[in-house]
Amino acid sequence: MKASLISEYRKLITTRMWWILLIAMAGYMAFLGAVMAWSITSAPVDPSSPLPPVTPELILSSVYSTAATFGYVFPVIIGALSVTGEFRHKTITPTFLAEPNRLRVLWAKLGASVPIGAFYGLAGTLSTAAAGAAVLAVTGHPTLLGDGETWAALGRSVLALTLWAPVGVALGALIINQVVAIIVVLVYTQFLEAILRLGLTSIGDAGATISTYLPGAASEAIAGGSIYTSIGIGELLPWGAGVAVLAGYAVVCSMIAALTTLRRDVA
Amino acid sequence: MEPPGQDQGTVSVRNLTKHFGAVRAVQDLSFDIRPGRVTGFLGPNGSGKTTTLRMLLGLATPTSGTATISGRPYAQIAQPLREVGAALEATSFHPGRTGLDHLRTYAPYAGADDARCLALLEQVGLGQAARRRVGGYSLGMRQRLALATTLLGDPQVLLLDEPSNGLDPEGIRWLRGFLRHLAGQGKTVLVSSHMLSEVQQSVDDVVIIAAGRLIHASSMDELSALASTSIQVTSPDAAGLGKLLAARGWTPRPPVTDAPAEGTAVEQGAAVERGAATVELDDVTTAEFGAAAFSADLEIHALMDKSEGLEDIFLRMIATDSGSSSDGAKR
Repeated sequence: MKASLISEYRKLITTRMWWILLIAMAGYMAFLGAVMAWSITSAPVDPSSPLPPVTPELILSSVYSTAATFGYVFPVIIGALSVTGEFRHKTITPTFLAEPNRLRVLWAKLGASVPIGAFYGLAGTLSTAAAGAAVLAVTGHPTLLGDGETWAALGRSVLALTLWAPVGVALGALIINQVVAIIVVLVYTQFLEAILRLGLTSIGDAGATISTYLPGAASEAIAGGSIYTSIGIGELLPWGAGVAVLAGYAVVCSMIAALTTLRRDVA
Repeated sequence: MEPPGQDQGTVSVRNLTKHFGAVRAVQDLSFDIRPGRVTGFLGPNGSGKTTTLRMLLGLATPTSGTATISGRPYAQIAQPLREVGAALEATSFHPGRTGLDHLRTYAPYAGADDARCLALLEQVGLGQAARRRVGGYSLGMRQRLALATTLLGDPQVLLLDEPSNGLDPEGIRWLRGFLRHLAGQGKTVLVSSHMLSEVQQSVDDVVIIAAGRLIHASSMDELSALASTSIQVTSPDAAGLGKLLAARGWTPRPPVTDAPAEGTAVEQGAAVERGAATVELDDVTTAEFGAAAFSADLEIHALMDKSEGLEDIFLRMIATDSGSSSDGAKR
């Protein structure tokens, strides 16, 4: 198992994809963090506005959770590529020759994705926090960076993003076609999850409850809120439950993959 | 690792069958590959060679039958890279990874360190390209990298699918020497090819399949023995030729007549007067006939080897269409 883990870790870091995505994530998250901070602080103070006043809770949930809300597509993609890339470039053949136990290969990929996910989580969360805090400071608002609670929230954001990498691995194992996998990830994370949450929340309590178990909502639950919850779209689970739900997606997708795609002949 | 038994290094295929829907890719295939020898696994494209290798390596599940290496199915080998080195295609690389990093990703399974990876790249002639991305490699370089990958764990058994594809003539010669060297160390070496001529100089044994069925399995010497010898002789002296053939008990095709054969010698008036003849003889070599003609003082204008070569035999064997159950090995 140690050999498999080292092998999978080396596969992840010996192509350029991991740092290209990492830089893209850091840049995008810094941009979004700054935009979020600017937009909540520059809203006119108007009692009739639907926008809530700038409270510490709002800063935490809107600015410092941005990475966990909008940045998870990056660790998902790097995780998914670690499986689909092997099928695309046919390196799955030498991989299964080296380790005929395909389930063990999947475990190793899940395991090796965790440190990469953590690295993405750190880079994305710190970029968001740095850019967001800078805007808050410049506009004369409290950055809350002296607050332990803020750092706990940032830590949970790293945790949420870390978990997304193995979720990506499991998804990639389930959808081994690279193009299809990337399209599914992009459509879901950038579009479908938000639509589903709006739709489910609007049909009543049962729908709202279901929506808390969606993977994006679980991720936000871990980070402790999001811009969605700030503007009143749906509720979130406790953060511990969010961890369980997100890990559950990785486990369930992995199990289905182990019973289906990974059993097929390698052509 | 298990103690060497009598199966150690032997590749054994028994009644192996694989159907893809209605397509019978491999049918009831049985053969053995022995250690210390280079075996050519031959058949036309689409004959089931790669499918057979994939089943042997646990990448595809047989419809029925078994395939074992050193007595065990591939999936039951604890550290397969230390026992079996297999290269199925020269395209199993991530183009963005360097040659060295490609080896390093599989090295942990083989217990190989970075120094060994570099040494292997030197050995296959890729020392200079070790830190270049595989995307920039030629097909021949990829073949060499695939070969280096198979050698990571210094395995007893090597299974190489079309390893000379894309190699230049010098590379092919190098590969032959390299495989001979490995077999000389007692390793089991299988090379698949769709051309006998590509491997005939380097293999000891042949396994020939066509349309998923075994056509022939023997040593190269036994295959060579199937080759027929025949020659074509043109002599300006038909009568003298007829006398020589009768004296030696050689039966010509067609029988010798005095009618001048087309295209025979016209330079010498004497030859035309006496009548020339062109005949074919089976089971006589050019050397035998040349010696006989010399001692009989017979003038010869043409002496050609018309033997059916190995490639002809191979082509005849694999020409068997899938519907018939003919056995090309028997003639």
